[in-house]
Amino acid sequence: MKEISGYFEKEAVLLDAVKNLKENNIKIKDVFSPYPIHGLDHAMGLRRSWLPRAAFIGGAIGAITGLLFQIWVFTKAYPINIGGKPFLSLPSFIPVTFECAVLFAAFSIVLAYLFRSNLGAGANNKIYDERATDDRFVVVLNAEEAEAEVIRSKFEEAGAKNVKLED
Amino acid sequence: MSELSTREELIQGNKDLKTITDDVFKPIIAKPNKLWFAGLLLAASAAAIGIISIILTIWKGIGLWGVNKTIGWGWSITNFVWWVGIGHAGTFISAILLLFRQKWRTSINRSAEAMTIFAVICAGLFPLIHMGRFLFGFFIFPYPNTRDVWVNFNSPLLWDVFAITTYFLVSLIFWYVGLIPDLGTVRDRMKTKFKKTFYRFLSFGWTGSAKHWQRFEIVSFTLAGLAAPLVLSVHTIVSFDFATSVIPGWHTTIFPPYFVAGAIFSGFAMVLTLLIIARKTMNLQDYITINHIELMNKIIILTGSIVGVAYLTELFMAWYSGVEYELFAFINRATGPYWWAYWIMMTCNVVSPQLFWFRKLRRSVWFTFIMSIVINVGMWFERFVIIVTSLHRDYLPSSWEMYKPTLIEVLIFVGTLGIFFTLFLLFVRFFPVIAMAEVKTTIKNK
Repeated sequence: MKEISGYFEKEAVLLDAVKNLKENNIKIKDVFSPYPIHGLDHAMGLRRSWLPRAAFIGGAIGAITGLLFQIWVFTKAYPINIGGKPFLSLPSFIPVTFECAVLFAAFSIVLAYLFRSNLGAGANNKIYDERATDDRFVVVLNAEEAEAEVIRSKFEEAGAKNVKLED
Repeated sequence: MSELSTREELIQGNKDLKTITDDVFKPIIAKPNKLWFAGLLLAASAAAIGIISIILTIWKGIGLWGVNKTIGWGWSITNFVWWVGIGHAGTFISAILLLFRQKWRTSINRSAEAMTIFAVICAGLFPLIHMGRFLFGFFIFPYPNTRDVWVNFNSPLLWDVFAITTYFLVSLIFWYVGLIPDLGTVRDRMKTKFKKTFYRFLSFGWTGSAKHWQRFEIVSFTLAGLAAPLVLSVHTIVSFDFATSVIPGWHTTIFPPYFVAGAIFSGFAMVLTLLIIARKTMNLQDYITINHIELMNKIIILTGSIVGVAYLTELFMAWYSGVEYELFAFINRATGPYWWAYWIMMTCNVVSPQLFWFRKLRRSVWFTFIMSIVINVGMWFERFVIIVTSLHRDYLPSSWEMYKPTLIEVLIFVGTLGIFFTLFLLFVRFFPVIAMAEVKTTIKNK
């Protein structure tokens, strides 16, 4: 397997090139861009992310934990008689339940995102071109040894600059 | 607001991708100017005085303050509510305006979110030292202990602990998730090894991969969806601290929306104060344009008017309810011993924002700057009026008292201003102050 990388200078050229490569059944390993490009995930055929589910599951766990904890404290562990009011007074448990849900949901989705994307303090992901975070759109292709040269020429035809072959 | 995006470019100077990076990168790499050092010195000195005053308070006790049995919540809780309120604008800009797809937010969201975090840090200090026994501050969290005691989940003060903690943590991760791509840009631009390693650590190994961007956008939207109700809940719960009690002037159902509107109102004023200074000293006029200032001023008219209507509704309800204590509380606010505080509040919050109906004034940087300070003075007095005037004349005339802050209380407040500005100045020096990646999505030349 070889990796072919090259860059584009304009968003429109990049989008056309990606569609073109996709039509020719060339495997696009990844595209690196300085900002999120609308329609790129569609053009590359990326699947929808399941991350919102992490937020939902986290939020549900947070809400249930928060509510059950308050119920346990007020009915079992430490029931206090406040002016004869019921120990289990659900309306006053809502604020803390809500805050727990939001806290757990936010942390779940962010941790899932960092973990799934291999991002984190000390992570050292490969950088193909330092200007990919500045003003260049870098495309990396996967190719079999035999096809590498053909793909390379197609890649250059599509407008890629500084095309490099790597193992 | 939306016509702006089609009528003219959000940022000026016909920028392309590279010049945006250059412009935002400049303050990070360049040696800061004298103004920055002077500001930092001033802010850090104020912070030091404040920290000394806090240490004195912890050492000697709350007796150093002017609070008494009748007015237990003096300056410290006034300051707490004021600071929390200021934080709300940052979340409003980054979450609610994101959900409404207001693209103009991209120039200001980064610094507004930073402001939120610093304001909440300042706010959190006050209840902690106000407890008196600072070292037992952790008692407010529910944790298994040898005393077999749990916290009171029926108390709005405890809800506040959960709300403020959640708000701080969620704002922090929301801000940082947005920072990661820009820190990656800074890392790739750094030349020296030390700085590169430093920003490599901070940027979490960001590459700008399409899959990461796809997830980034989903995470941003989900966090915005979570932060929007969160920010509304935070000041709602702060207002519950008052509204669930039986003190005349506090016991009203209008408090939650009125507090939230007031919070966004004062927060936008603080964003304007900071950004007008930042755009001038850091040459960001092309990014934070007069259009941005005007749009923020429009939000100030809206929220300021909501606050004005809330004040009048309170007065009307005091009369209409027929409760003599309630009526007395409001007449006393306007004509009693603290009448001056009430009229400062009315002038600064109700009358002055109405001047922004004039387009000329809305688009004047100087006028906006002065107004942004006037509004925050007014909003500070709003909290002072609510807390002190309601407490100093309650049901029993035998407990009527007056409250005057001592120097220590004033210095602690000045100290939090110092901490806030110190943190903000450090932020603009070491972090990309404009959300580069997000601004890049809004330009046409790419």
